[in-house]
Amino acid sequence: MKKQDKKMTSWQAMKQLLPIIGRYRLLLFISIILAAVSVIFQLYVPIIFGRAIDQIVGPGKVDFPAIGQDLVQILILVIVSAAATWLMGLINNKLTYRTVQDIREKAIRQLQLLPLSYLDQHSSGDIVSRIIADTDQLSDGLLLGFSQLFSGLITIVATLAFMLSQSVEITLLVLVLTPLSFIVARFIASRSYQMFRKQSQTRGEQTSLIEEMVSGVNVVKAFGYEKTASSRFAEINHRLQEYSQQATFYSSLTNPATRFINSLIYALVALAGAFAIMGGRLTVGGLSVLLNYSNQYMKPFNDISSVITELQNAAACAGRVFELINEEPEADPVDLNKADGDLPEVKTGSVVFDHVNFSYQADKPLIRDFNLTAKPGMRVALVGPTGCGKTTTINLLMRFYDVDSGGIYLGGRNIKDMSRHALRKKFGMVLQDTWLEEGTVRDNLAYGKEDATDEEIIAAAKAAHSWGFIRRLPQGLDTPLSADSLSAGQKQLLCITRVMLLDPPMLILDEATSSIDTRTEMLIQAAFDKLMQGRTSFVVAHRLSTVVNADLILVMKDGQIIERGKHADLLARGGFYSQLYRSQFAKFPS
Amino acid sequence: MITRLTSDINQVQTGFNMALRLLLRSPFIVFGSMIAAFTVNVKAALIFAVAIPLLALVVFGIMLVSIPLYRKVQKRLDEITRLSNENLAGVRVIRAFRKERAAVAKFDEKVSAMTKLNEFVGRLSAAMNPVTYVMINIAAIVLIQVGAVQVNTGAMAQGQVVALYNYLAQMIVELIKLASLIITINRAWACGDRVGQVLATENDLTYPKAGPKVTNSQVDFKNVSFTYPAASAPAVSNLTFTIKPAATVGIIGGTGSGKSTLLKLLTRFYDCGEGEIKLGGVSIKELTQEELLDQYALVPQKAQLFAGSIRDNLLMGRLEASDEELWQALSLAQAKDVVLAKPGQLDFQLEQEGRNLSGGQKQRLTIARALVKQAPLLILDDSDSALDLATGARLRQALASLKDVTKILVSQRASSIMQADQILVLDDGKLVASGKHEELLANCQVYQEIYYSQFPKEKEVKEDKEGSR
Repeated sequence: MKKQDKKMTSWQAMKQLLPIIGRYRLLLFISIILAAVSVIFQLYVPIIFGRAIDQIVGPGKVDFPAIGQDLVQILILVIVSAAATWLMGLINNKLTYRTVQDIREKAIRQLQLLPLSYLDQHSSGDIVSRIIADTDQLSDGLLLGFSQLFSGLITIVATLAFMLSQSVEITLLVLVLTPLSFIVARFIASRSYQMFRKQSQTRGEQTSLIEEMVSGVNVVKAFGYEKTASSRFAEINHRLQEYSQQATFYSSLTNPATRFINSLIYALVALAGAFAIMGGRLTVGGLSVLLNYSNQYMKPFNDISSVITELQNAAACAGRVFELINEEPEADPVDLNKADGDLPEVKTGSVVFDHVNFSYQADKPLIRDFNLTAKPGMRVALVGPTGCGKTTTINLLMRFYDVDSGGIYLGGRNIKDMSRHALRKKFGMVLQDTWLEEGTVRDNLAYGKEDATDEEIIAAAKAAHSWGFIRRLPQGLDTPLSADSLSAGQKQLLCITRVMLLDPPMLILDEATSSIDTRTEMLIQAAFDKLMQGRTSFVVAHRLSTVVNADLILVMKDGQIIERGKHADLLARGGFYSQLYRSQFAKFPS
Repeated sequence: MITRLTSDINQVQTGFNMALRLLLRSPFIVFGSMIAAFTVNVKAALIFAVAIPLLALVVFGIMLVSIPLYRKVQKRLDEITRLSNENLAGVRVIRAFRKERAAVAKFDEKVSAMTKLNEFVGRLSAAMNPVTYVMINIAAIVLIQVGAVQVNTGAMAQGQVVALYNYLAQMIVELIKLASLIITINRAWACGDRVGQVLATENDLTYPKAGPKVTNSQVDFKNVSFTYPAASAPAVSNLTFTIKPAATVGIIGGTGSGKSTLLKLLTRFYDCGEGEIKLGGVSIKELTQEELLDQYALVPQKAQLFAGSIRDNLLMGRLEASDEELWQALSLAQAKDVVLAKPGQLDFQLEQEGRNLSGGQKQRLTIARALVKQAPLLILDDSDSALDLATGARLRQALASLKDVTKILVSQRASSIMQADQILVLDDGKLVASGKHEELLANCQVYQEIYYSQFPKEKEVKEDKEGSR
């Protein structure tokens, strides 16, 4: 069953995010310095403007040289401040996008490192939404955070300093009152985090549905299911709207709420200032400067509170990405940063399954006490009804999954003790699901052997009987593959060619020819026969005609081998196999 | 596509939200300040009249350049999405070929290309704030200078200069806010465009609002040809045949012979380029969508199920079907045992795309789903490929009991179709022969090749078989 995913709180997400940002601490430091320069200059400019205006006393009494000097000073300050702001913007950009790139790259690596049990159990829509949409939201939040948080904080500190120079007691009053603003913002932020998280989750659900409907569009159309699909979509969409609305509601509440409190503080300062003036501790000019600054000092709180809601959203998204990143990779994962180099040579030879037990779900044993010895060069066929565990056996052999108990031995060594790559290097695999990369035909054929020459590719294609149609494609080997350009059979031929070129010591054919018509299959079968010569091969098939030549046929049912032997022996025995076989050949099955 | 439906719409939402909050305030403050300035002093206010359009020019200029770039960013994001999906779908192949590193490298390349593009656009957007700041302050400097001269000559009072300066200061605050949010708004704009493109895509297949009813399920193809939009050669050409009501018809041919295309044309997933397809004597183009959908039940090649209970999936066929009818369909489709073995039976929850079932189980459920529909035309598109042979044989026998239903069986397996009343043999998009199994085996070379590729020993044991029957 699906594992209960560990949900991350915003605090945990932040804690994990900080070290990643910390990698760019030099940039962060410069950004803060630049923010300081730009803010302090910006705060200082109005003062000089004020001074300049003071020079304009009345008709005939204007001190032009002094004004001129002030204005030049202003111009310089403005330009320096603007340059600092711009540079800060550049650095913040870099900081954000690099951080997000780091996170996204980690998430993407997880796709290659996570055990298949995780990937098989989670909807790909949800995983993709974590890698794409959530990181995207994170990037927006971070950018806004970096560009407004620091300048906001510096504005607060700088204004406080200017205020202190005017009146200590009123500054203290302001300091006592401001936590109010914080408390309100925090209260609201905690509510909106919940909603943002739900929003993000619902979005993942929506992506899954869309993906399902898009991939099943033919069925949706053929059954006139559009309406129902739309209503399912509408339901999720409605929920998404609800969460978004609430999230937005709470986050918009932050702004007016803090604004209201700030106005309150403003009024209180004016009142206290009036008393101070009456007591002779403050001048009228001093109060107007103070009032002005106390207003300036509040403004960043407004900005910061809206930045905080944005960061909350970002944290919720980061939480979802980190959940993916923190998922435990499979044991002994592939080292993605280092090329294989010389893999430890794995001696091929006999393949032995020794009392293997395995289940996908702990409560439902699938493979039970499976024993098999395949001698070198032997051709082993696995047949049986669907769900009997044929493909599972292949999953275990390739170490897509690891056995629960017992062991699989290749050339006498337990495959658990080999690196996955060393093991997989020995196998060529063709699956029923034809999977090709986006790229040209050549890219796909040389998938397992990038340095293959055209001659080698063409020789392999001829052997796999794919050259006939490849040659007729508009650009031959350079034809780009798009979703609909090839039939299922042609795609499978490419997959077979891909392995043919690889020329591996062992082969796995898992329903490899089931999507190819039998006329073509006959041809490929001949190629396969050639390929399998002297190679230990495992063939999973429905069509018994493809396995009659096998050296050993294993008939599986419910995860166990019920019959084994050669085709003729099994047929003579008159058991399950002969039943299966006859059902294929009898024209009128009884 | 999926990025467009989720991520893009999301960006639009965020951007719209910001824009609403901001744009409802800022323009009023900017223009309000300008109007107020004119009431104070017309001459000095002219500075505003020059400065504001200039500012607007800069703001819109930067937007104009950056919006197409954001569209590019979004396109890159599309590519990464596509790549993620591709990687998830092909995870076994990637691992079997030890291509994890190559897959990651491909990702990294795309991701860092996107980062570069993002940084580039970011540089442009970051210029917005400082540029507007400098411009406004230059306006202020000019204002003070002009004000000083005016006050000196007595044309203006000091208070008025102060007032005008305050108006400018107000504008600075608003413009700075606007500039800091411009990235969000720009991106939203670009995303909105892309969503708009999807919404604007026209559905090229149109159905008439009203049309005749189909009274019998005879199928006629008359000189039907069709070429896929991007393809160079026709997928089917000049198909002419008739399927009698309640007949069982097999369609056989190799991969790429046009079997699936034929079905797509019959079900109007595509409209045939030339020729005409009739259902019960009526051209299918004259039928309403509902009427056409009511005529057929399709079992697609790829067994496609959806997240939800087994019952939900079966009811896709016919919403009002009773449980009894569902079980009946399951039994015909040889899927009864599958469902009986599941906890909760009909209420068993399938995961997305039915991934908690095996291929054969899925296929049988899709057949049951089609049977639930009880349409006059049952179409099976190679839908026994994942069934083991015994089950396949039992299925065909069960289907034979549906007397009133026209059955179209498409297959690559001769065994699946050889008992059919009529077999159509397709090769390379053309109908090469039509007839009963024995006739075709005697006369049709393509059919012989197909048949003997599947029954290699049949040639020698033919006579024995006749006897044992």
